[in-house]
Amino acid sequence: MWASRAVYLFILPGFLWYVVFHYLPILGNVIAFKDYSIFVGIRDSPWVGLDNFRRIFDDPAFATALKNTLIIEGLQLVFAFPAPLALALLLNSLMNEKVKRAIQSVVYLPHFLSWVIVIAIWQQLFGGEGFLNQILLNRGYEPVSIMNNPDIFKPLVVAQTIWKEAGWGTIIFLAALTKIDVQLYEAAAMDGAGGWRRLVNITLPGIRPVIVLLLILRLGSMLTVGFEQYFLQRGAVGPEAAEVLDTFVYFRGVVNGDWSFAAAVGLVRAVFGAVMIFASNWLAKKFFDEGIF
Amino acid sequence: MSMAETTNPRPDATMLTGEVAGPSRLKSSERPPWMEKPPFWVTALKTVTLAIIVLMMVVPFLHIFAVSFSSYKDVLGGGLILFPSNPTLAAYEAIFNGGIVVRALQVSVGLTLFGTLAQMIFTTTMAWGLSRPGVPGSRAILFVVLGALLIAPGIIPSYLLIKELGLLNTYQALILPGLISSFNLVIVRQFFMNLPQELIDSARIDGASEWHIFWNIALPLSKAVLAVVALFYAVSIWNSFFNAILYLQDSSKWPIQLVLRQYVLQGSDLATAADTSSNTPLPPARTIQMAIVVVATVPILIVYPFLQKYFTRGVLTGAIKG
Repeated sequence: MWASRAVYLFILPGFLWYVVFHYLPILGNVIAFKDYSIFVGIRDSPWVGLDNFRRIFDDPAFATALKNTLIIEGLQLVFAFPAPLALALLLNSLMNEKVKRAIQSVVYLPHFLSWVIVIAIWQQLFGGEGFLNQILLNRGYEPVSIMNNPDIFKPLVVAQTIWKEAGWGTIIFLAALTKIDVQLYEAAAMDGAGGWRRLVNITLPGIRPVIVLLLILRLGSMLTVGFEQYFLQRGAVGPEAAEVLDTFVYFRGVVNGDWSFAAAVGLVRAVFGAVMIFASNWLAKKFFDEGIF
Repeated sequence: MSMAETTNPRPDATMLTGEVAGPSRLKSSERPPWMEKPPFWVTALKTVTLAIIVLMMVVPFLHIFAVSFSSYKDVLGGGLILFPSNPTLAAYEAIFNGGIVVRALQVSVGLTLFGTLAQMIFTTTMAWGLSRPGVPGSRAILFVVLGALLIAPGIIPSYLLIKELGLLNTYQALILPGLISSFNLVIVRQFFMNLPQELIDSARIDGASEWHIFWNIALPLSKAVLAVVALFYAVSIWNSFFNAILYLQDSSKWPIQLVLRQYVLQGSDLATAADTSSNTPLPPARTIQMAIVVVATVPILIVYPFLQKYFTRGVLTGAIKG
């Protein structure tokens, strides 16, 4: 170990950062078992056992946030998850490399914009006095309410996610597609398999490991749909439609000062995420013979 | 991640630059002989679909740019604005004449520069240490790094940490919690592991210190990957919103993303965002709002070609697939 002392010096600053800023806060979750008061401090706040956890399930606002999160995640899984795969297959079928690259450059771009910018753009396009409504008004139609309509908020956020992330999501699928052996296609074509058959029997099985991997990670973050996209639009459509677990924890804890309760919600969510990762990994191994660990 | 580690711990260095295509890639622009020509309707459908997708990405940007350069008359007239008929810089003059937008831009530029520098120092040094072979315990530390990808500390404990450290309402609170991204660290580490070992060995025989090898040999050989990682860091600081909402109470310290939310999404009175000292009336609110959106977007558009040059089939797949 002494021989490697110079190397340890390189590792040390980063290692300390991980301990202080990543693992130490994880210990801070003990306040979920206490009645934490910001004036008394973590150490001196009294223990309350599982009281905070019992409160979670009696809380109607939590029920709303959980319901919204699950519905949105379900919609994302059905629509936003396969979107990059479909786009990747479409891009991959292009023969002209230049056209393909040009399209890739365009569709990757929104990934690098912040949610604030993305929602500002959507607001300008579909908001009350936006692009779309101007056109409708000029043609003598009634304006439509899209950005502040609680009834369509959930499909709206899925559409926003697809617009922002589907292009970027293709990268990993395109990489996996290039790894499929061309000889397989050639042999299949010789045997008379058409384009559709080759897609179903060669392409999709060929990228199955990547699909399964992404699905496992996705299920692990099932209760984490994100913060900014919902936080930014919560005012326009109201918490009944837009409250998700992340925003719920923020408003209950940081804004309302119910720290212990919010920490308990965060902890339940983290444990659920870990269980989901292991469970989906186990299922993937059992049924597809693939997994991440 | 851990699977990727074991299957192929030393990927081709060229994967990171994304310059070399896979072995079985088709030659560009050529249909292989076994592939039948698709029927006309398939080609037509594909073309139309792709055209719609591209338009859906491009038109919004054109529209935003156009509105930000439009005059009062154009905006009032409404309708389809893709090219301003009477272009004017009035909205930009209003926001650049001082006031909160200029300050927010200064804050964001400063945070991005200092933050990226700090992130690069912490990331490259740790990545170098973890890339060295035969160091007892480095495997365990690597698990600490990768474990961070799976377990997040949570909003409440993170906030309490920053509060306990006395960093609420400081700029350090916006940089420190995101100082290292495990993802970027793994990318840099893998690149370091692929540097020619003979070069490092011979330098060591000549008596070069670990720091000398890192600074004079490893870093210069890794410019491409360091540039990508730095750009990724820079973009994420420029875009960061959550930490600022969480840790900054003082609106005079706001970075551009928070100003964007306040004046564009929440429609706060723009008189405070723009110059009010002159006697000329302000340009229409909509054009000022879109000018703020453009100003926050342009830096990303500027670095985008550089980012793009490297990441296609490169950086990401190198790290994820191993």
